[in-house]
Amino acid sequence: MKREDKRQNIGFGALLAATLLVVIPVLAIVVLIVAKGWGALSWEFLFSMPRDGMRAGGIFPAIVGTIYLVFISLIFALPIGVMAAIYLSEYAKDNALTRVINLAIINLAGVSSVVFGLFGLSLFVVFLKFGVSIISGALTLGIMTLPVIITTTREALRSVPASYREVSFSLGASRWQTVRHAVLPRALSGILTGAILSVGRVAGETAPILFTVAAFYLPNLPTGLSDQAMALPYHLYVITTQIPGIPESFRYGTALVLIGFVLVMNIIATVIRSKAGKKR
Amino acid sequence: MNETTGLEHAAPVLEVRGLNLWYGDFQALIDVSASFRPRTITALIGSSGCGKSTLLRCLNRMNDLIDDVRIEGEILYNGKNIRRRDCSLTVLRKSVGMVFQRPNPFPLSVYENIAFGPRVHRMASGTNLDARVEESLRAVNLWDELKDRLRKSALSLSLEQKQRLCIARLVAVEAEVLLMDEPCSTLDPMATMKVEELMHRLKERYTIVIVTHNMQQAARVSEETGFMLLGELVEFGRTTDIFTRPADKRTEDYITGRFG
Repeated sequence: MKREDKRQNIGFGALLAATLLVVIPVLAIVVLIVAKGWGALSWEFLFSMPRDGMRAGGIFPAIVGTIYLVFISLIFALPIGVMAAIYLSEYAKDNALTRVINLAIINLAGVSSVVFGLFGLSLFVVFLKFGVSIISGALTLGIMTLPVIITTTREALRSVPASYREVSFSLGASRWQTVRHAVLPRALSGILTGAILSVGRVAGETAPILFTVAAFYLPNLPTGLSDQAMALPYHLYVITTQIPGIPESFRYGTALVLIGFVLVMNIIATVIRSKAGKKR
Repeated sequence: MNETTGLEHAAPVLEVRGLNLWYGDFQALIDVSASFRPRTITALIGSSGCGKSTLLRCLNRMNDLIDDVRIEGEILYNGKNIRRRDCSLTVLRKSVGMVFQRPNPFPLSVYENIAFGPRVHRMASGTNLDARVEESLRAVNLWDELKDRLRKSALSLSLEQKQRLCIARLVAVEAEVLLMDEPCSTLDPMATMKVEELMHRLKERYTIVIVTHNMQQAARVSEETGFMLLGELVEFGRTTDIFTRPADKRTEDYITGRFG
């Protein structure tokens, strides 16, 4: 074998090994959690309240709490994020102000989640007197997810060819009509993908909800925005570290529900994206 | 200076006076003055980068979309300076439409492509809109070819059909002026011929300004021609004059193929 071929094979081997190293942990996590958590899954586990100091019963309130948090935070973050992205991509000129805004968005994405939690505590819980509540937690999560939504939306808008805007303008459409009718329809799938990916992030975060909404244990489901709520990631933390003698399958079952939720969301995002991609 | 075309004395539809334009530090138009007569095809010729497309894009203010552009001088549409702040760009561009070098239909159906303009200008809806779409497609000889494919994607059309569709979009918003930026440069000779025939027909109703670096095309389709070089409008007059007895040495050099 020639020296070049040998080198090439070594190179390929190294690249393949690196790729496999990425896949292994993903597979390992999924296999571990499914193997250990599958046994816990049942209608009772999914749809009933915890009993016996959470050592028995289900995790229904945590599921409900997470769903509340995801959707309420998106109700706030999605319109604001999409509108900000439209402004930045379609209206704003490249000047000092927009550069500062862009820098702020990048930095917002880099702030660690526990700091968001602390910020939510001081702003929503204490200063605005929302208390430890769903609304405080959802707003905190919403702020955390804004940079994700803004960035993905902006990428989606930028991927729409400039010629569509040019044609629209040349036909006498206003800037807003151009955005509304020529650009947004083409960017919709990208925007939705970003939104749904941020759902995964919101559902999985523990730190931002720690001080703002999460309850250790609640006997009832939340009835309004000012109630506290249980949530899947925090519940997982609680039953793993705070409560002795809990069946191991409960922990992994909770984790399984959490990653299952995120996985389903990601699959939906992928399907939407590929469908919209075909249309183009 | 021209022999009669019958329209010399009609007021120009578009006119530029003392137009200077800079992209950053680069001056792309130097003291350009010209007028474009109604229902006449005017060709702008010159080598690449001479400023002919830039001049064209001044006429419906498409240069506004580019950052870092500075313009001096007057651009008059029906006698009104379109550079004034109170000039509505949407109204201007509705009347002064543009056909681009690369046919650029939206990735929508044939019907939706035509309907886009009338919709954004709230000119028609429902059956009125259907009628307007049909009328616009007829104006560019596309109706018979496409009447059964109105709901098909415009991207499935041939290049030449796409370009005619783009012209039909302007008919649909009742444009008065058609600015054509090298509309045939992506088309083969047969398709080019079809578009040129169409231009001849459209001339009866529209004022057409066409940028081309195909001199034969300019000679074939236009009544008036402007020759541009390095940002200057060197010569502007009747096409026959420009091509048979140019007044300027540089024009002569260009049309006889000594450069360009």
